Amino acid sequence: MVSGVQMQYYKVCKRKLWLFSKGIAMENEHERVIEGKILHERAYPRLEDREILVDDTFKLDALDKEYVREIKISSKMPEADRFQMLYYLYELKKRGITKKGLISYTKERKTEEVELTEKDESAIEKAIKEIYVILQSPSPPRLKKLPYCTKCAYYEFCFALEGDD
Amino acid sequence: MLRDHYIFSNGRLKRKDNTLYFFDEQENKKSLPVHQTDNLYIFGEVDLNSSLLNLLSQHDVHLHVFNYYGFYAGTFCPRNKKVSGFTVVQQSVHYLEHEKRLYMARSFLQSAVHHMLRNIRRYKEKTEQYVKNIEEEAKKMDSATTIQELMGIEGRIRQHYYQSFNAILKQDFIFEKRTKQPPQDPLNALISFGNSLCYTTVLSEIYKTQLDPTISFLHEPSTKRFSLCLDLAEIFKPLLVDVVIISCINNRIITQKHFDFLDGMVLLNEEGKKRFIKEWDEKLSTTVQHRKLKRKVSYRYFIRLECYKLIKHFIGDEPYKPLKAWW
Ligand code: SF4
Repeated sequence: MVSGVQMQYYKVCKRKLWLFSKGIAMENEHERVIEGKILHERAYPRLEDREILVDDTFKLDALDKEYVREIKISSKMPEADRFQMLYYLYELKKRGITKKGLISYTKERKTEEVELTEKDESAIEKAIKEIYVILQSPSPPRLKKLPYCTKCAYYEFCFALEGDD
Repeated sequence: MLRDHYIFSNGRLKRKDNTLYFFDEQENKKSLPVHQTDNLYIFGEVDLNSSLLNLLSQHDVHLHVFNYYGFYAGTFCPRNKKVSGFTVVQQSVHYLEHEKRLYMARSFLQSAVHHMLRNIRRYKEKTEQYVKNIEEEAKKMDSATTIQELMGIEGRIRQHYYQSFNAILKQDFIFEKRTKQPPQDPLNALISFGNSLCYTTVLSEIYKTQLDPTISFLHEPSTKRFSLCLDLAEIFKPLLVDVVIISCINNRIITQKHFDFLDGMVLLNEEGKKRFIKEWDEKLSTTVQHRKLKRKVSYRYFIRLECYKLIKHFIGDEPYKPLKAWW
């Protein structure tokens, strides 16, 4: 099953999705994950049901009556964050649970509400199919420079290239 | 930024809570910033315990041990967190298929030769003949069809290369033949010491990636050594070690008095090691503008980039082109 991170990377960069899924993780990516964990423990110190594992495959930060909550450090990639949330809402809906999403950005001190529409649902379904196709490929999608690259943990990996002699 | 630390004295390495201390024989205490440490090199006789190793493991610090004579003994590698079965399987394919393996081996050598020539061309008038000999020999690499043949070519090139040092080196350092175990003259002692530093540096960079250090191409995968380090070191020995050796000798940073002569064996003494390591450390942190990354990159980081390039080659992303210093 597709994970939340994979869904997010799918939106950010398909190459990143492929590399990450094959276990080719970058050091700073790892640090970011730890940072996220600490942040998340601080954000929900008492919440009984923090980190809910759905069907043993994807983790939700927190869940209450109305909302699935996700906490992010900063809104660098709001589109991708939203998509990840939509994916969670979609998976919950499939299991008969209808919720809205709430993403909190600690740095900017703002929250964003996310609601799953029918259009979103078909976008998610299409994404899941595409992710499986991408991961079937024995090699990563070709490098194409994106504006995000210079901020990406894979930047050095992707651009470790030799020029012409 | 992460750093390397070197311990020359005898004493004790101790963990106290989450801090690392070194106590020398006079009980002088020195704290080491474990968060900012990449590698710890131990040249002295040092006591330590498992709780300390756990701390190093948490912080991904490698501990390299050298014996009394300054020969590399081994490394404590924290549990490898960077695993990608997929990458290892692909890396193995490039070993198993002869043509693919040959391509890797040849690439490493081409880079090595490029860097050797780069070193000695700086002394053009004195080294012209050696350059010619090496170029002549290097031409044969393209048509070599076995690893053994390549190794043979490499051996002959290295012979010419080291011979040329006799024309380059200013003091009374003379190269006769390469002697390793043990080194029999000061120049060989320097080469051995420098190469072992290069090996451990390469090892610590490989460990930060998903490469398997035991699967190598030019060198036969061996049970005694992480042989991929030997492969990559071919690129970086002439680029880093030899440059430091030449500069240490020609700038009289190291002289004959920095060696111990024990029956049939020549070794750098403590002062010699310290001086060499100072230059080595500076070399590793020297930066160069990278033409594709458009960022400044340290010589140490060039090793990591080489690892990334290998992974990209193995996973069919970008054909491997070895580093050939362009600056
Ligand atoms: S550096 Fe650019 S191309 Fe590479 S993974 Fe990141 S976003 Fe994708």
